[in-house]
Amino acid sequence: MDNTQYKYGFTTDIEQDIVAKGLSEETIRFISQKKNEPEWMLDYRLKAYKYWLGMKFPEWAQLKIQPIDFQNISYFAAPKKKVALKDISELDPELLKTFEKLGIPLSEQKRISGVAMDVVFDSVSIATTHKEDLAKVGVIFCSISEAIQTHPDLIKKYLGSVVPVTDNYFAALNAAVFSDGSFCYIPKGVRCPVDLSTYFRINAQDTGQFERTLLIAEPGSFVNYLEGCTAPQRDENQLHAAVVELVALESAEIRYSTVQNWYTGDAEGRGGIYNFVTKRGKCAGKNSKISWTQVESGSAITWKYPSVILQGDGSEGAFYSVALTHDHMQADTGTKMIHIGRDTKSTIISKGISSGKSSNAYRGLVQIMAKAANARNYSQCDSMLVGHESQAHTFPTLETRNSTAVIEHEASTSRISEDQLFYLQSRGFTKEKAISLLVNGFCKDVFKHLPMEFAVEAVKLIEMKLENSVG
Amino acid sequence: MLEIKNLHVSIEEKEILKGVNLKIQAGEVHAIMGPNGSGKSTLSKVLAGHPSYKITSGSVEFEINGKKRNLLEFTPDERAKEGVFLAYQYPIEIPGVNNFSFLHLALNAVLEHQGSAILSEDDFKKLVEKKLPLVGLTTEFLDRPVNVGFSGGEKKRNEILQMILLSPRLAILDETDSGLDIDALRTIAAGVNQFRKPHNAQLLITHYQRLLELIKPDFVHILADGKIIETGGPELALRLEKTGYVGLIP
Repeated sequence: MDNTQYKYGFTTDIEQDIVAKGLSEETIRFISQKKNEPEWMLDYRLKAYKYWLGMKFPEWAQLKIQPIDFQNISYFAAPKKKVALKDISELDPELLKTFEKLGIPLSEQKRISGVAMDVVFDSVSIATTHKEDLAKVGVIFCSISEAIQTHPDLIKKYLGSVVPVTDNYFAALNAAVFSDGSFCYIPKGVRCPVDLSTYFRINAQDTGQFERTLLIAEPGSFVNYLEGCTAPQRDENQLHAAVVELVALESAEIRYSTVQNWYTGDAEGRGGIYNFVTKRGKCAGKNSKISWTQVESGSAITWKYPSVILQGDGSEGAFYSVALTHDHMQADTGTKMIHIGRDTKSTIISKGISSGKSSNAYRGLVQIMAKAANARNYSQCDSMLVGHESQAHTFPTLETRNSTAVIEHEASTSRISEDQLFYLQSRGFTKEKAISLLVNGFCKDVFKHLPMEFAVEAVKLIEMKLENSVG
Repeated sequence: MLEIKNLHVSIEEKEILKGVNLKIQAGEVHAIMGPNGSGKSTLSKVLAGHPSYKITSGSVEFEINGKKRNLLEFTPDERAKEGVFLAYQYPIEIPGVNNFSFLHLALNAVLEHQGSAILSEDDFKKLVEKKLPLVGLTTEFLDRPVNVGFSGGEKKRNEILQMILLSPRLAILDETDSGLDIDALRTIAAGVNQFRKPHNAQLLITHYQRLLELIKPDFVHILADGKIIETGGPELALRLEKTGYVGLIP
């Protein structure tokens, strides 16, 4: 992709507090102190850090990763002016401008109706909209830093309950240094009146973004959660290592959708975001539901497996994914569905599109535990190749310890060819329309799970990125 | 309506067409016959605008609204909208795209370009269901992805269905008869014959005389080594049947 095509590649010139590069106990104490955290939070971080020191960088993925120098990253960057805003109008005008440019208006007059937003700029949450409306129905939606202060009991109870500190290399690192993220709590029986959304923006140079999101749905509640991300164009790689934890209690439902459009690096593969993310949901209660829908179209490297632990009897998990790679991008993404309870059900639909010299892998695990009687899984993994230098891989793994499980798996690989485009064009479709028809046809089983406005954005994003790839 | 003058075409530095001349008037049916590798399919793809071919010299004029226009300057979709249609020798499979929507959108693209009212889904459904029997297809083909899992014959029928729906002024049928049994061939020929009107023209590209027994051409051209070496009436095809190409090529 031509660099000029990434319209979110600009930087914001703003005064920032950036901690010196390097990672040590001191760095962690600094972050914790900067956020005025209680002792237990610092202990949590230090424990994670000590554990991380003993871990090895994971090398099992189908990825070529340049060694990351963890001492050459700054672990905290925050716009200087921000200290406890009363109102969004107090926000630095540069920031307001930045987000308007990104299509995320924050000011009260212009904010998007029907969607409450938490906005994370580098290491801190800078604004959350619709707070009052949500408070009326008891929904808590704020930055995780704020929640640590205001709702310590919930944080203590749930933080790390789905993704423990010891889970994996990046999750341990995140637990040690996470700087901000969103916190969301839906009380019993409440159907969240607006969609909740977090927008992540990396701006500062040589910093990593380590955000932490925790979402709790009490019995019988429902929430639709959306997540978007962009970053400036830079020649160096930047690390984004997030952890997202979802907890759905009895009969609760969480729908989590992501459109990921981090900077991918240039056409030669210079720069771009390393997107190493651990996302996991726990269907803790009976008949609860969690679905992950993702459109992964950015980042130099994506390493991400949004998963569901199906603990409650009758619970359901779903993973709907479109992953697009182009130029030199690499993606290793997929899901884990862990069936623990009886009558649990999971659905996996993964669509990988690889063009240019990129590599796109699906990696999935379906695990049926001994007590998961009548568990069902349906998996469908399709790959679409554009051009002749791209790669697609599929690594499905199935482990079953209960003979009553019913599991179906389908996979296919196809190619968008010049011939298909020409065929459509010779029937009166413009080239753009032809690409859109092909891609929509390929991805429709995933797009239909996205909220309408997200689906429209996703289609446009993918068309734009492919237009340059298909000759 | 179409005039090809001294057309030279290469692909990957190899010259395939070496000076083709051809004139087609409205209401006429032309057949181009020739051995494998003579350039028949290249000619059809060049007329439709396939990007892989390089036109090194010559011209192709196509009449649009009574004016002669340089067809080579048009993109493939513009050509389609101006009424040039290619029925493919090997129709392409389009997974994930429903045949019904494909046909509907294609017709609406053409109608919109012509300034005509586009058809609603219901109206299009009525139209297409009326046309299906002409090519011997059933409604179940509408619900399937374009050409995916179609037999060779079904793909060819689907091409002719598209031709009938889009009603082009110039239809190029590239080896439409290849791989068809005689019943399928008869159905398709009947479809094409019914489509013949004074305002449109057809260019049939074929190996064999047998298609020409069912669709009577006004002119037969022999293409060999990138040039039209002989032009005549239907009797030329019969002669060819007896002597083979060897007898005709100097």
